[in-house]
Amino acid sequence: MPEMNMIEAIRDAMDVKMSQDGDVLVFGEDVGYFGGVFRATAGLQEKHGLHRCFDTPISEGGIVGIAIGMAANGLRPVAEIQFADYIYPAYDQIASEAARLRYRSNGDFTAPITIRTPVGGGIYGGTTHSQSPEALFTHIAGLKTVIPSNPYDAKGLLIAAIEDNDPVLFLEPKRLYNGPFYGDPHAPAKTWRDHELGEVPTGHYRVEIGEARKLSNGDDVTILTYGTMVWVAQKVAKDLGVEADIIDLRSLLPLDIEMIERSVNKTGRCVILHEATRTSGFGAELAAQVQERCFYALESPILRVTGWDTPYPHAQEWAYFPGPKRVGHALRQVMEA
Amino acid sequence: MAKPIRLNTSRLYVPEPQFRPGDTPDYSHIAVPVAHTPSRPDPLCAAHETTPHATKLIRVLRFSGEAAGDWAPKISADALRGALRDLALTRAMDDRMFTMQRQGKMSFYMKSTGEEAVSIGHAMALRDTDMVFPTYRQQGILIHRGASIKEMMCQCLSNSGDPLDGKSIPVLYSFKKHGFFSISGNLGTQLIQGVGWAMANAYKDSDEIASVFTGEGATAEGDFHYALNFASTYRAPCLINVVNNQWAISSFQGIAAGEGETFAARGTGYGLATLRVDGNDLLAVYAATKWAAERARGGGGATLIEHFTYRKSGHSTSDDPTKYRPENEPDVWPFGDPLDRLKNHLIHIGEWDEDQHTALLTEVKSDIREIYKSAEAMGSLSGETKVNDFTMFEQVYERSLPHLDEQKRMFAAEQD
Repeated sequence: MPEMNMIEAIRDAMDVKMSQDGDVLVFGEDVGYFGGVFRATAGLQEKHGLHRCFDTPISEGGIVGIAIGMAANGLRPVAEIQFADYIYPAYDQIASEAARLRYRSNGDFTAPITIRTPVGGGIYGGTTHSQSPEALFTHIAGLKTVIPSNPYDAKGLLIAAIEDNDPVLFLEPKRLYNGPFYGDPHAPAKTWRDHELGEVPTGHYRVEIGEARKLSNGDDVTILTYGTMVWVAQKVAKDLGVEADIIDLRSLLPLDIEMIERSVNKTGRCVILHEATRTSGFGAELAAQVQERCFYALESPILRVTGWDTPYPHAQEWAYFPGPKRVGHALRQVMEA
Repeated sequence: MAKPIRLNTSRLYVPEPQFRPGDTPDYSHIAVPVAHTPSRPDPLCAAHETTPHATKLIRVLRFSGEAAGDWAPKISADALRGALRDLALTRAMDDRMFTMQRQGKMSFYMKSTGEEAVSIGHAMALRDTDMVFPTYRQQGILIHRGASIKEMMCQCLSNSGDPLDGKSIPVLYSFKKHGFFSISGNLGTQLIQGVGWAMANAYKDSDEIASVFTGEGATAEGDFHYALNFASTYRAPCLINVVNNQWAISSFQGIAAGEGETFAARGTGYGLATLRVDGNDLLAVYAATKWAAERARGGGGATLIEHFTYRKSGHSTSDDPTKYRPENEPDVWPFGDPLDRLKNHLIHIGEWDEDQHTALLTEVKSDIREIYKSAEAMGSLSGETKVNDFTMFEQVYERSLPHLDEQKRMFAAEQD
């Protein structure tokens, strides 16, 4: 099976769909001839044609706006927003338009668009290249939000997103593009080459939206997480010798609440990890749902490990990032309770 | 008369309309062009050849009823009588719905009175399959394309005949089968979507085009500039229409930077073809649209058209225009009424008379009354809307999701 990093897997997903379906086209800032600032679309223009993979003006609202019009007119656009930090000008088009078009027209018009955008920190991107705005999107009815943590899931989820008849926001944890990241920026960088989830099948396969992945099985505690934090969770649990059910959510909306519920009812403990800011973060939603369903099984308070409620700082990146120390502290705390 | 002085003790310039309630409006300074310029260039000309058209005004109908100038289109008398009927039907429907809203039958309504020629003249010049991305004041397009008036009324009444199952407020229609895109209440968003639709037409090698609308007020939204930018960049086969009806709720067009330059001229900087047309002149609207449609279909790209008109009614049933503009301003607006002007033209060419006109107005009024009765029989806000509440959970996604199923069960449990 071919080994791919996450960028290659994402590119392969688009290539597979563009080869299968002439209605699929890809556009965004710098994605055409150049192939994207992270190289996710490299070679697609050359292979599929200028009209199928092209550059757009620097206009996120415009990019999503044309995607909606094209999708309503029968195409399957895959739009790239260069960094999630730049997505806000498109917020109206996403929240008020793409997500509600089916509803407000009672199914007369639909907007099956996929919006890809890199999220998260760990690359010294500072305030404007590191944000994790997922909670701003999981709050929107009519939109689906997914976030893979490895090449295998990235390809299968992106194919499922492109084939979905509803708008899907596809978040790409940019720190994971080249390899898993275990939370120590000073450790030698790992690649996906020797990782089982870097083995990516050729051709078409789907990872269904709404299905979480259990990364490890344990009876001590349930760790709910997604994106970059999946690998930090795995490392810390191993180092502490904690037997954890680590659940990589993969899909935030829809959420695989059944897997979460089964796990917490078994372990009686729950820690939630995300990079995004804490207040009103997606962890708040997870904590609320877990206590609604598993209150009588809980043996300790549900804890959240998150970024601080500050803008993402530059020089203080690793003080901000919810790394192994913060995660370890929380795990010990729930285990001692 | 002297311009009223309103208190401004700073150097900050805040535009104000010339006339406010209590003033006697005088528009003699607005020159209504009598010479029928500017000339009609080839529809596939270079965009800059239309730069002068952005600041002039294309007119065909003189007030005498005569059609003149090289924009004068060739339209059969039957088609003109059809257009007159569409204008009258639209106005009669608006009047009826306004009255019924006042009687509590629906939550809200929006009239298009005074600017019906923009919609109907425009629709006549397009193919019925060309997708329009309207605002809430282009109901005339639906009327012209033969949409069911009963269905439109049922949408406004949010009753069991509403094709949208009560999901949208009145007037925010969606009629894909009539090439009429779902109307958004967030102004301006449809502009860039329409450009995307047109880009998809080109991508598919179709010769269909899109036509997008905004009022002059929402040209201040970023979406308008996205639309002009993308339409220019990709030579999208579309028409971008600014209906300048002078008023955005209570804000006059100067609040959208209308004092500095015309709205059509916004297109010049983007390298688009630009036309500015008397929106109360159905023949001029038709001619300008025909020109721009031919250009778009022929690969010449987008045209920005400013339709210069006047919103005779309030913004909506929730608005009282006498609070911010003189009560008789609509009557003294120097470009006349679109329905009267088309009528005068038909009389001028010997294809219509006053008796026929009176009969037409009586007929459409009675038709609308009958259609309304049958629509209201399917429910209204003052009685029962007859829309099943559970439909609110439908069409959020193509297929329901587990959390929505759960909430539906929670709602069901509230029912006893």
